[in-house]
Amino acid sequence: MASLDAPRIVSSRRDYQDSFTLARYLETGGYVALRKALTMFPEAVASEVDAASLLGRGGAGFPAGRKWSMLRKSPISYLVVNGDESEPATFKDHYLVERDPHQLVEGVIIASYALQVNQAFIYLRGEFALGLERVQQAVNDAYAHGALGSKIFGSDFSLDIVVHPGAGAYICGEETALIEALEGKRGFPRIKPPFFPAVTGLYGEPTVVNNVETMSNLPWIVNNGGAAFAALGAGRSTGTRLFALAGRVKNPGVYEIEMVKNTFRDLIYDPKLGGGIIDDKQIKAFIPGGVSAPWFGPELLDLPLGQDEVAGEGSMLGSGSIVVMDETSCVVRATWRITKFFSRESCGQCTPCREGSGWIERAMYRLEHGGGRMEDLDLLLDLCDNIAPGLTWPPQQTTICVLGPSIPSSVHAAIKMFRDDFVAHVEHGGCPHE
Amino acid sequence: MSHFRSDIRQRAEELVALYPRTRSAMLPLLHLAQEQDGYVSDEGIAEVAELTGTTPAEVRGTASFYDMFHLEPVGKYVVGVCTNIACLLAGGEEFLEHASQKLGCAVGSMSEDGLFTLEETECLADCDRAPVVQVNHRYMRTTTTDAFDAMVDDLRSGKLDHDVPPHGTLIRVRRSGGLRASRQEVADQRIAAKAARESRIEETK
Ligand SMILES: Cc1cc2nc3c(=O)[nH]c(=O)nc-3n(C[C@H](O)[C@H](O)[C@H](O)COP(=O)(O)O)c2cc1C
Ligand code: SF4
Ligand code: FES
Repeated sequence: MASLDAPRIVSSRRDYQDSFTLARYLETGGYVALRKALTMFPEAVASEVDAASLLGRGGAGFPAGRKWSMLRKSPISYLVVNGDESEPATFKDHYLVERDPHQLVEGVIIASYALQVNQAFIYLRGEFALGLERVQQAVNDAYAHGALGSKIFGSDFSLDIVVHPGAGAYICGEETALIEALEGKRGFPRIKPPFFPAVTGLYGEPTVVNNVETMSNLPWIVNNGGAAFAALGAGRSTGTRLFALAGRVKNPGVYEIEMVKNTFRDLIYDPKLGGGIIDDKQIKAFIPGGVSAPWFGPELLDLPLGQDEVAGEGSMLGSGSIVVMDETSCVVRATWRITKFFSRESCGQCTPCREGSGWIERAMYRLEHGGGRMEDLDLLLDLCDNIAPGLTWPPQQTTICVLGPSIPSSVHAAIKMFRDDFVAHVEHGGCPHE
Repeated sequence: MSHFRSDIRQRAEELVALYPRTRSAMLPLLHLAQEQDGYVSDEGIAEVAELTGTTPAEVRGTASFYDMFHLEPVGKYVVGVCTNIACLLAGGEEFLEHASQKLGCAVGSMSEDGLFTLEETECLADCDRAPVVQVNHRYMRTTTTDAFDAMVDDLRSGKLDHDVPPHGTLIRVRRSGGLRASRQEVADQRIAAKAARESRIEETK
């Protein structure tokens, strides 16, 4: 059975229709944490976040407190919030920006205070038309309420937040590409090192980039203390997390549950959560953390939803999105579609990524649509190995960013787990499901 | 002479003023250009270049990187159907095929009456309502073909004009009030913060 006693940290207002308004936010404890934070030293606020051991919710899972403290030596100029959310099947930040924009804004103000920055940007993907409206409204309301602008709530601290729209490019979720987009350029990821924008970021100045959900946790952490957050979950995976569950389940949706105390089986099958597979079919495979992550089979359903637990089995919890495929799903078609996505979204700077993704997509297309050959299976594995030598996870880095080395994840996993399905496609001359 | 209408021009200037460097306003300004003309026109590009202190070639080169910017005219309603993984598993490809028939345009093209442009999109981050449909970037949540057809009829008859404004993601996004931190302010405060932090570290020693 799923463990559902943990408090709702980021989705506490989900039952209110007007959860996005300032009135509702204030009625439900809004901006109390900010007032409290402003009475503390900035370092003390940062220490609470450190004590919470809050792992970044954007995909890489880097501890937020650590990211911030790397900056103690060189003060940060800008805070940039990553709301580009484009990893396929990830839709938790969408929920947060539309349904609880004030919580995000309060989190951003708290983080800005802890970092002592006076200029923050919230970058939202351009397709979030309503999300952009709601977050801008929340920012406007916060100014009017005295929670933003000059001398916030009468303190010495001033902050400006600019809401910035993206314009449709998955790669702009990568933090250095996002910074380029914010500088008004094409979204090309920057060459590393430096590995962190904290060294050289926006306009060449030290910048912290954090995810929307990471920010949304901060009001609760300030109100309740880092230790209370760290008491939830286990090991390095503390607190709760929003999981976006999609695919062949009865109740797809965004669920906030305690980390590690629940398993993939709980999330997918509990009647209060995923509710099981559509038509009670058998699960065939699932993707544990966005399409960049290697797939798992049903034998790993009892794995806890924790960052290190999933990493230990050779994949990642990534962006917290779980996609379920069942016995009616064609894994070859699914793999083809995922590779088509990468091939479209590769920014084209690195040869293995640009050429490899297109080549893989064409081979996958033939397998799915007719014209595939037995040799294609070896060709595909060889191409994958060229992009990410050794096909390990985490992958070997051959390119500027990790989009490239994520391309093999699904291809390699699908061929390894379902070779018979690929063979059937070759023998049938296309998809036998049609 | 400004190509932008005066209200759009005013919003554009307000946006430029928000950023520490003018070029940063590039993407929002391109959204505004598209809002006015329905697509990113040559005249729009020239004005964005003027406002951002860049050249038309730089603006065009930037715009072409982003899927949301149309460098050629598109229909009044841009209909996006997602076929990425979650939508695929919910019949997204078949749905796109149906949309193409209903709208009378091939994927990636405009209907003859200029009303619709159909696009196959990547994940739109609404995967629990698969297959996902957006019209001018508003979620329509029509997951059955019947609901989709009814929506198209409503679009044609203008019934959805309130829910689906014409192009322009930013059409209802307008900043009000607040401080606009100047670069100098940010830099000064940064130095002050550093000094304050160092003195606190000294004190605790
Ligand atoms: C190709 C690619 C796409 C990414 N997309 C996103 C995204 O949409 N949202 C996000 O928060 N992080 C994304 N990331 C991760 C960011 O680079 C960065 O690690 C993250 O925003 C940091 O925030 P966090 O520490 O709070 O997680 C992406 C990374 C890569 C390589
Ligand atoms: S790995 Fe791919 S997406 Fe990343 S920088 Fe290289 S070409 Fe661009
Ligand atoms: S996969 Fe279609 S909206 Fe996410």
